[in-house]
Amino acid sequence: MTDKVDAPLNILEMRGITKTFPGVKALQDVTIEVGRGQVHAICGENGAGKSTLMKVLSGVYPFGTYEGDIVFENKIVEFKDIRDSEAEGIVIIHQELALSPYLSIAENIFLNNEQRGGLGLIDWNKTNAEAAKLLARVGLRENPTTKIMDIGVGKQQLVEIAKALSKRVKLLILDEPTAALNDDDSDHLLNLILHLKEQGITAIIISHKLNEIKKVADSVTVIRDGKTIETISKSDVTEERIIKDMVGRDLENRYPDHTPHIGDEILRVEDWTAHHPQDVNRVVVDNVNINVRRGEIVGIAGLMGAGRTEFAMSLFGRSYGSKISGRVFKNGVEIKTRTVSEAIANGLAYATEDRKTYGLNLIDDIKRNISMAALKKLEKLGLVNDGQEWTVANEYRKSMNIKSPTVLAKTGKLSGGNQQKVVLSKWIYSDPDVLILDEPTRGIDVGAKYEIYSIINKLAAEGKGVIVISSELPELLGICDRIYALSEGRITGELPIEEASPEALLKLMTMEKAR
Amino acid sequence: MSNLETKPADGVAAGSQVNPVENRFTNKFAHILSDLGKNGIFLALILVVVLFSVLTNGILLRPQNISNLIVQNGYILVLAIGMVMVIIAGHIDLSVGSVAAFVGAVSGVFAVDWGLPWWLSIILSLLVGALVGVWQGFWIAFVGIPAFIVTLAGMLIFRGLALVVLGSASIGSFPGEYRALGNGFLSNIFGEFEIDPFTLGVAAIAILALVVQQFRTRAGRSSYGQAVEPLAWFVAKLVLIAAAIGFFAYELASYKGIPATLIVLAVLVLVYGIVMNRSVFGRHVYAIGGNLHAAELSGIKTRNVTFWLFVNMGFLAALAGLIFTARLNLAGPKAGDGFELEAISAAFIGGAAVQGGVGTIGGAIIGGLIIGVLNNGMSIMGIGIEWQQAVKGLVLLFAVAFDVYNKRRSGGR
Repeated sequence: MTDKVDAPLNILEMRGITKTFPGVKALQDVTIEVGRGQVHAICGENGAGKSTLMKVLSGVYPFGTYEGDIVFENKIVEFKDIRDSEAEGIVIIHQELALSPYLSIAENIFLNNEQRGGLGLIDWNKTNAEAAKLLARVGLRENPTTKIMDIGVGKQQLVEIAKALSKRVKLLILDEPTAALNDDDSDHLLNLILHLKEQGITAIIISHKLNEIKKVADSVTVIRDGKTIETISKSDVTEERIIKDMVGRDLENRYPDHTPHIGDEILRVEDWTAHHPQDVNRVVVDNVNINVRRGEIVGIAGLMGAGRTEFAMSLFGRSYGSKISGRVFKNGVEIKTRTVSEAIANGLAYATEDRKTYGLNLIDDIKRNISMAALKKLEKLGLVNDGQEWTVANEYRKSMNIKSPTVLAKTGKLSGGNQQKVVLSKWIYSDPDVLILDEPTRGIDVGAKYEIYSIINKLAAEGKGVIVISSELPELLGICDRIYALSEGRITGELPIEEASPEALLKLMTMEKAR
Repeated sequence: MSNLETKPADGVAAGSQVNPVENRFTNKFAHILSDLGKNGIFLALILVVVLFSVLTNGILLRPQNISNLIVQNGYILVLAIGMVMVIIAGHIDLSVGSVAAFVGAVSGVFAVDWGLPWWLSIILSLLVGALVGVWQGFWIAFVGIPAFIVTLAGMLIFRGLALVVLGSASIGSFPGEYRALGNGFLSNIFGEFEIDPFTLGVAAIAILALVVQQFRTRAGRSSYGQAVEPLAWFVAKLVLIAAAIGFFAYELASYKGIPATLIVLAVLVLVYGIVMNRSVFGRHVYAIGGNLHAAELSGIKTRNVTFWLFVNMGFLAALAGLIFTARLNLAGPKAGDGFELEAISAAFIGGAAVQGGVGTIGGAIIGGLIIGVLNNGMSIMGIGIEWQQAVKGLVLLFAVAFDVYNKRRSGGR
């Protein structure tokens, strides 16, 4: 250890970091070393622990809530919060940008770091002049008084970097910085990172886009299941090696047996295209063609930002996006899904990835949540049959094994697994032909996951078509009969389960548009 | 995590096997406690009534005063019904006072200036109210302007239009049938008596209907295997409520009989109670207030529901305006001043949540009655309007604070 004090080649060392959440080890003995003035990439599947690691580093998870040492600039640091880490020159730029849309670029750059003049009041001339200098450094030609809402995401990203520079950043952390950017903006951003590197600013970039890693990174650390797998230096980086490191886990028997009885095609989507709701020129779902057959479980694999949820929600009653086009066929007959009620009436169901925000009325009980999408079945002359509703809810409580003393319990007080079972009950009761399940096991413990998989199998066995969207490849490989890969809004491939492997899928999922 | 959260449930189940006697006792106790919690607002009303009965040396509970209480607060209660529905859906309506004034003025034009028949005037006036609701509902539901803004604008617009219609004068001398809406009494059907037998008869029928309905609900629930409260507690509650209705009816019977306003109110409470508790529409209102996104993604036509809520609010505001105008026999420029605030207070005192999704018609009515008793009691005591305002403000604040505290303690959101 002492020799490193004399030769501080590394600006940052994280040694043996372990971070535990109740019941889950998110990080286990993670060690990374970042060389001064280098660009270091961190790679890993969704949920591998990349973001957790960065939160430990930036003080979001304060000292004392993790084990291990963070050595920055040669001394062990103990950050209590983000302010502490920023004071040392570590700045993190999250995927969700932290800018206030109604304030100007300059105001955002100096937010909570205001340029003061006499009497402690804000010196606007100084603020705007300093902001202009910073904007020049990041190559953004915009007036500092322009409001954030009036510039695109790519430029907003640059404002974030300018803000970091204003804090005299030494180590800049970028969490999937190009996920929401178009090609030109991505290129500009990557060049800027290289440019800042020449000025001596070290960067950590979290990304799973292999070509951009190859372009900017001096070394790559791969994290899987909360552990560091290896660190590869630039000359040794190959796509195959990174993919193998990212997925190379053993598949245990975590999935119930499923013997498919696949029938005729039940749903076909043709040329489905959707644009971003605000940025209407940005294509989010690009000419997607998929089909599902009776009794079939079809997976959609895609990385964060690939457009999985956007595709599903635009299909389900145009709940997402603008300028949506494409055709939907059920049993060979074209159907319309322009509103959610129309989609439901045509036999579609969509269980959201975010059940608390989009799936449940948390202040209401299990019973009323289950009946919410199919009150028509309980209605007579506009009145709901309470007794029948109670019976229905109790049937689902038993058949889905919802762990609650009565169906009058508020859904907000259930565990994630039980909440998900309520959401599934709701959609199964609406009697759909095709169910789209978006991240059906997110935030659910292993035992409940197995139950959810069994329910999915049962739905398929009943002859329904099931589409499962998941960012966990093992899950898709464990339960699906066929898997589509989605990348940048396009279907980049389709693999029957026999041919599907994590490597093959990841290759398709990271396939980028020809540039 | 699921393990942790399911444990209490298992614990209860295990406990019931080990020690059934104690469990039955605590169950019974829990029912009473949960009822007290749910009906805290009802207890608050009783408390306020008792307090002011003492402070006013019993004047509060005199027949004439009870009758006045109903007639003076009827229009606020009508508004509170519509308001609590709007609030449950997560909106607000600041315009109801102005709309009431506007419709009152318009009805004056119909019934007095144009001399239309009283029934036609009333129907047309209610229609005007509903049209006002169509206007506001359109902006809120289909254009997406926040209800606060639309109805704040409506507050100014319809106050202004009321003044335009009245032309800086008041319209008075309404036909007798019209005035009955605010001042009329149903009594003496069977002739003149000290205690009106008709009023008592209606009360008896009401009590009987209530008892039958309650028993049927209870029987229905247990036939579906739903847990019901212990019989003794159930009966005790019914007896208490029946006694209250009986006392109330006796008081009315020894004055002028049943106020027409009370009949209107009773019908509204019954109809809207069913709408909110049992109808699909009511479910949709609660679902929208509880989680708008989830409601939308469940196929609920949230915009339509919002639109009709405001049409309904316009209709009820018109009805309140008619009752008020009929009572004063005058459509004046100051009519409906501050009604919106009393109606909103009633809904919140009655347990509605600012975030939406929570509230009941019954709660809003009781909240309105609490405000009414406060107004009335303090007036009898000769407390000035300035202190009445301050006290009502404090009651609103404490009622909601108590509600928030209660929910936090029970671990709700």
